[in-house]
Amino acid sequence: MLPLVALLLRAPWGSLGKLLSEDEVRTALRLSLECATAATVISLALGVPLAWVLARAKLPGLAFIRAVVTLPLVLPPVVGGIALLLALGRSGVVGRYLDQWFGVTLPFTTAGVIVAETFVAMPFLVVTVEGALRSADRDLEEAAVTLGASRLTVFARVTLPSIVPSLLAGSILCWARALGEFGATITFAGNFPGTTRTMPLEIYTQFQQDPPAAEALSLVLLFVAVLVLALLRDRWLRGPAAS
Amino acid sequence: MTDQGGTGLRVDAVVQRDAFRLEVDFAAPPDEVLGVLGPNGAGKTTLLRALAGLTVLSEGVITLDGQVLDDTDVVVAPEERPVGLVFQNYRLFPHLTVRDNVAFSPRCRRLGRRESRRIADDWLARLGIADLAARKPPQLSGGQAQRVALARTLAGDPALLLLDEPLAALDAQTKVEVRGELRRHLSQFRGATLLVTHDPLEAMVMADRLLVIEDGRIVQHATPAEVARRPATPYVARLVGLNLYRGVLGDGGCVTLDDGGRIFVAASSAAGAVTEGARVLVAVRPNAIAVHTERPAHASPRNVWEGTVTGMELLGDRVRAQVSGSPSALVDLTPAAVAELHLVEGGRVWLSAKATDLDTYAEVG
Repeated sequence: MLPLVALLLRAPWGSLGKLLSEDEVRTALRLSLECATAATVISLALGVPLAWVLARAKLPGLAFIRAVVTLPLVLPPVVGGIALLLALGRSGVVGRYLDQWFGVTLPFTTAGVIVAETFVAMPFLVVTVEGALRSADRDLEEAAVTLGASRLTVFARVTLPSIVPSLLAGSILCWARALGEFGATITFAGNFPGTTRTMPLEIYTQFQQDPPAAEALSLVLLFVAVLVLALLRDRWLRGPAAS
Repeated sequence: MTDQGGTGLRVDAVVQRDAFRLEVDFAAPPDEVLGVLGPNGAGKTTLLRALAGLTVLSEGVITLDGQVLDDTDVVVAPEERPVGLVFQNYRLFPHLTVRDNVAFSPRCRRLGRRESRRIADDWLARLGIADLAARKPPQLSGGQAQRVALARTLAGDPALLLLDEPLAALDAQTKVEVRGELRRHLSQFRGATLLVTHDPLEAMVMADRLLVIEDGRIVQHATPAEVARRPATPYVARLVGLNLYRGVLGDGGCVTLDDGGRIFVAASSAAGAVTEGARVLVAVRPNAIAVHTERPAHASPRNVWEGTVTGMELLGDRVRAQVSGSPSALVDLTPAAVAELHLVEGGRVWLSAKATDLDTYAEVG
């Protein structure tokens, strides 16, 4: 609690308005929101099927896949960023071919920011949704099957609606983690104003030159965090009643 | 298989799961309600799951109207089977309205939303619950949920209807209301129906024939009246409230019982096929046994034996006494008789039964 109280007490509230009207700050904020949202959408698209496989499939080596998927939860983000560079960098294991065949380079681009954020944040979504799928009511799915529903229909019309609260909670956690992502982003995507300098990077940069400005900008991300918490609380309170 | 279209259900199947083995062989014609009766763990639900395709057979074959649903070569997936299953706890989709629950199956058959809703409304009207269409399942009473579950299954247009303890989740009052109504709906259903229950009254009221399953095997397959009159096992006898004794028929109508004691049966009470030396069952109605405090002097009944009263229970206008002896028996008396005889638990009594009041028949299997 103490650091947060200190931040609230000492932050130069007065300069907040002026800072938020600066182009550089606004660009960083917009970039942050866009990249975090894009990372969340990608995480949903990839993470929900992955969570389904982890929760339901009977495959050998599932424990290994689960370990790999959840590794970014415990991995220092900087290490993640370096790993991403080695994999997707211009001369990386995969990145080399992306460059040669498609002319796509990810490092030091906005797309790179999204990749870094997805890498770090997706496990939050996968873990939350996997838990929900595990505890989802299999009896209802069975009932749907006897009524003639295909596997896809069962998932879309019975399973998915029953995990909506967890899906929302997972998405919010994922989005918040992506928004605050620093280590992997700065390592993999660099710190270029307008393309890869998100809010955390902006705060870090300001901190080098103008600490009070960094303090004020920190308040912005603190508010976002509080907002996320409020949303989650609401979800978690309503979640059990809905299912 | 000689099944043709519209011939109903034929089952000759084995489901082996760990130590439990269900092995059944029976047929159910269309238009018939077959009550499946048995104690908990007998395999009733396993049978329904096998018919619905939720459990695959270990051996054997299931055909419905001539179509193979499951044998060694073919297993039709549950979603492809023309089989409807009403689950014991109904399993309505909580996030869908009653109308959308009932429209679920038509939608799965790729009928349009509008057409599916029309079918749903039609079923809701037929079951008299059109006013519930916009509600969500958590807002339904038990009886209403039961009707919605039935409507949802019937809307799938099944050729075989399976009901797993359809009334078990209801309170006593609702049960009586829904039972009569369900009976009516089942009689309108044109395919075969299997109704699993462990409530004998439910089975008697709703079923055209009964299939009694114990320990994974069929012990009796007969009309309710036959099951009530001549139960095949002590379990069934208990359900229908009869004394049932197993033994070997000997000389002069004397049956030596497995559990000790002898009973004399009249030649006329023994069913035709029973011969000397055969294993037989003897069924005795509790009100056909007389109770005496002393050995009856002028013993016109041929069966007289001594026992100890071990329990008494008031059932409506009569008292059912449990008497342990050789053999033990359930005896029905009037409350007045209990008072006159000064019956108490632990007291010694004499029992008598006329040979002509006993029903003797061959033991099957």
